Amino acid sequence: MSPAALLVLSDGRFPSGGHAHSGGAEAAIAAGHVHDAATLERFCLGRLHTVGLVSAALAAAAAGGCDPLLLDAAADARTPVPALRRVARRMGRQLMRAVLAVWPDPGLRELAAARPGGAHQPIVLGLAARAAGLSPPDAAQAAGYDAVCGPVTAAVRLLGLDPFHATAVLARLTDDIEEVSRQAAGDAARVPAEGVDVLPAASAPLLDITAEQHSAWPVRLFAS
Amino acid sequence: MTAAPRTRPAPSSPPAGRPAGRGLHATARIVATAEAGSTRFPLLQGDGPLDLRRLRPDGPRARLCLLNAMSSPHNGDRLRVEVTIGPGADVYITSAAATVALPGPAPGHACYDVVLRVEESARLRWLPEPVVSVSGSDLRQSIRVELAPTARLLLGEQQILGRAHEPTGRLDSRLSVRCDGRTLLDQHTVYGPGAPGWDGPAVLAGNRATGQLLLIDPAIEDPSCVRLLGGTPVEGHGVIVPLPGPGRLLTAVAPDAGVLRRLFDAALCHLGFSDG
Repeated sequence: MSPAALLVLSDGRFPSGGHAHSGGAEAAIAAGHVHDAATLERFCLGRLHTVGLVSAALAAAAAGGCDPLLLDAAADARTPVPALRRVARRMGRQLMRAVLAVWPDPGLRELAAARPGGAHQPIVLGLAARAAGLSPPDAAQAAGYDAVCGPVTAAVRLLGLDPFHATAVLARLTDDIEEVSRQAAGDAARVPAEGVDVLPAASAPLLDITAEQHSAWPVRLFAS
Repeated sequence: MTAAPRTRPAPSSPPAGRPAGRGLHATARIVATAEAGSTRFPLLQGDGPLDLRRLRPDGPRARLCLLNAMSSPHNGDRLRVEVTIGPGADVYITSAAATVALPGPAPGHACYDVVLRVEESARLRWLPEPVVSVSGSDLRQSIRVELAPTARLLLGEQQILGRAHEPTGRLDSRLSVRCDGRTLLDQHTVYGPGAPGWDGPAVLAGNRATGQLLLIDPAIEDPSCVRLLGGTPVEGHGVIVPLPGPGRLLTAVAPDAGVLRRLFDAALCHLGFSDG
């Protein structure tokens, strides 16, 4: 176990392609719902406890050795909107390219071969964590952090938000990231005995709706 | 409501010795079968507050109305509806009024679980009136659907968070749909006190009405089409999307129940159900 590997995996500079995605923040900013650090924090809190929780549980289950193809189907069932399924798979494919170079692992190669268009990103993240010698709770933390890091970085660019204030938003969310990853890892640990239906399925209606609205924009700064 | 015969609810039998103030427990059961080109109900059993009434059939389609015969669920109540639509049967089920989740003297949350089984070549339209979460209430509802590969389903659920100008109660809802043994859709929402960020810009952004309309039909045409509805704060927002399987789903949020209803009506029309 190397906690330093968790820092490498969750670093914003890890070449995962995540910088092109705002996690719905671009649409929320355009609608005027996110306009300062306080509203950004509310956005991130909702995102973290819905799609963030689901991602963290999928990542933890993958890191714990659950069948990634079953997890990929469970991710589809929890992602009703095609725009978000496309994004999750594209991000999964980009992350896969990076981690195959960083932590080459037969499990990752098998998944890449089975899902050439990309598996859902949290599952690749979980397998990457496993390949790096990290635990399922570590993988859940990386996914939970990932769920809020993208919107915060995007808000700095889109709103011209002071990076100090933006990072303070992330710092205020750390307790929630801990709580979400703990719950996610707990649910993931039940998968071997009870199947993937025990994974959380928390959803956020507006993230689903605005993802499709956003993907129809003719011009946008972020891919999602 | 038509003058169709009223079904007799089976007597509710609370376990002996249960202390008062623990909330009521009731399970209604519906079994439909196809016989000679029409649909019959060999089992139609109301219970406690859950009363069932036959409506006038619509051609081969049998119609039922779920009637809440007393105020429920209060916190602490446990309600359950089990529906089995047998091979080839065709049933429409609605409710006579909104289900109003209320606070109550019993401690803890209320449960309202719905289990829908739709067998080979059977059809179910499950289109109840909205659930209204009243301030101080705490309801966990679940809808579990099991579909045979050739079954067809049209399912709506609408949630209204608080009556006008009051804070909402807590409303926890899970919708899971299994089709031919695999999970096609699994959605869980939690709104109200104690649900982090529920009212924020990622989840509802101040909207007080939300809902989903699900169509599962193996013969769906053009399943890849995405349709946006509304798109302003006044009109609400909705999107009809293809699921990763033989289904289409409307997800909608709106400022109030009336606007949500209009989004549902537009979606029903788009999905080819102009008759509702």
